[in-house]
Amino acid sequence: MMEAIVMDTDGIARALKRMAREIEERVPAGELGIVGIRRGGVHLAQRLQEKLTEATRGEVPLGTLDIALYRDDLSEHSSAPVVGPTDIRFPVSGRVIVLVDDVIYTGRTVRAALDELVDFGRPRRVLLAVLVDRGGRELPIAPDVIGVRLEVPEGEQVEVRLVEAGAARDLVILKPRGQA
Amino acid sequence: MIGRHRHLLGLEAFERDEIVAILQCAASMKEVLRRPLKKVPTLRGKGVVNLFFEASTRTRTSFETAAKILSADAVNWTAAASSLKKGETLLDTVRNIEAMRPDVLVIRHPAAGAPKFVADRVGCSVVSAGDGAHEHPSQGLLDLYTLAEHFSGVLRKGGIPDFGSIEGRTVVVVGDVTHSRVARSDLFGLTRLGARVRFCGPPTMIPPGVKELGASVFHGLREALKGADAVVMLRIQHERIGDPLIPGTREYSRFWGLDERKVQEWLGASCAILHPGPINRGVELSSEVADGVNSVILEQVENGVAVRMAILYLLAGGAQEPPAEGRTDSPAVARTRSANT
Repeated sequence: MMEAIVMDTDGIARALKRMAREIEERVPAGELGIVGIRRGGVHLAQRLQEKLTEATRGEVPLGTLDIALYRDDLSEHSSAPVVGPTDIRFPVSGRVIVLVDDVIYTGRTVRAALDELVDFGRPRRVLLAVLVDRGGRELPIAPDVIGVRLEVPEGEQVEVRLVEAGAARDLVILKPRGQA
Repeated sequence: MIGRHRHLLGLEAFERDEIVAILQCAASMKEVLRRPLKKVPTLRGKGVVNLFFEASTRTRTSFETAAKILSADAVNWTAAASSLKKGETLLDTVRNIEAMRPDVLVIRHPAAGAPKFVADRVGCSVVSAGDGAHEHPSQGLLDLYTLAEHFSGVLRKGGIPDFGSIEGRTVVVVGDVTHSRVARSDLFGLTRLGARVRFCGPPTMIPPGVKELGASVFHGLREALKGADAVVMLRIQHERIGDPLIPGTREYSRFWGLDERKVQEWLGASCAILHPGPINRGVELSSEVADGVNSVILEQVENGVAVRMAILYLLAGGAQEPPAEGRTDSPAVARTRSANT
């Protein structure tokens, strides 16, 4: 199977704009904190944060979570996953935290991210924002703010390519699993 | 696994990339140390045994702290309290500990090569916490980490050091190089990362053959410090004082110790001073120097915990391949196999 484009540059821009508006409507300004899940969620979190900072006319704090230390599948890997930096420099307690990832699939990443997030404090509420919900959950976890919903069969993979990560242009593509 | 290695017995066998992989992992671990809640669930259910046949508070506590922050279960087994006094051999002790199924065995032993001897006979990962005058790899790694922080300007500021910043630097190691496992691990780590290493001390304290390993040798401290970017002051081991080959403490401190005057006159303003601890104040370092602006000794201690977290994580985190040879019938090996399926 060839790669198929499911969202182009304009589509991603429109989706993020709508997601930012939705977050803005649901959360009072000044209570918000955005946290991107490494690595796919980091750049999207930054884009949402810029839009929200502009819309609410106040700096929205931004952080990054790396879930490697909270994974549930350490013993299933032939080698330990590479640990990246977690960087949350604002108080999480009392805030509404929007966790951002590019794609939600089994929900295990989000489970790990929630465990890590609460080690930083007690957020008043946590919302989950994803660009793509591809279905296939293995845990009772659901996103609150969604760019696009796709029904993707198990043998296929959704990939979000962003210019910040070195892509030529922003794209969401669908391709067979395991293909580089 | 750390690169190709299931054990960490010394830095001599490690390639540059493997060393940098540990240091990079340590940078993420250091962030955990700075959190309000200093605990992550990563190694929950993993066992770490600290097996110490030689007195050590700093290193043992550092490994124990590292294990606990990662939620591993850390147990300390010290020689003074063990059956060694009753005549048990090293191999019997280790087999007994292995039967308790640890995932990582951290060993300090007065005999060089003891951790290797054990590693060849057990199914779990082995980390040397210092063996004789051979190596002290975790100390070498924490020195590299601290130097990279210093050279890339993030020391005491936070942030991820650039490990390429060690390349081309000149680092002087001063003291009893002959008996120092720290000097050897520093030498291997520093040269792998592209630094120039100078050894300095009285002729009786510099072993033959270090030039072949890539170090240059100086007997006068003043010339050795010329153009140095950092200096590692080794500890003079009290138990060696009185040895006819070793100068007395006053003579040593006069010629090879650092005091405020020598720091002012001989050292560049940005030269970092390291010491593996514990310090003999007034011998290797005067008190003003040990507590002065150039000293990064306490940063070394903090980085030691982060580096040891990285070592334990990399060795215990992933499932281990069973050893290619050795006792394939051992329970620990059988257990690691089943974890892979």
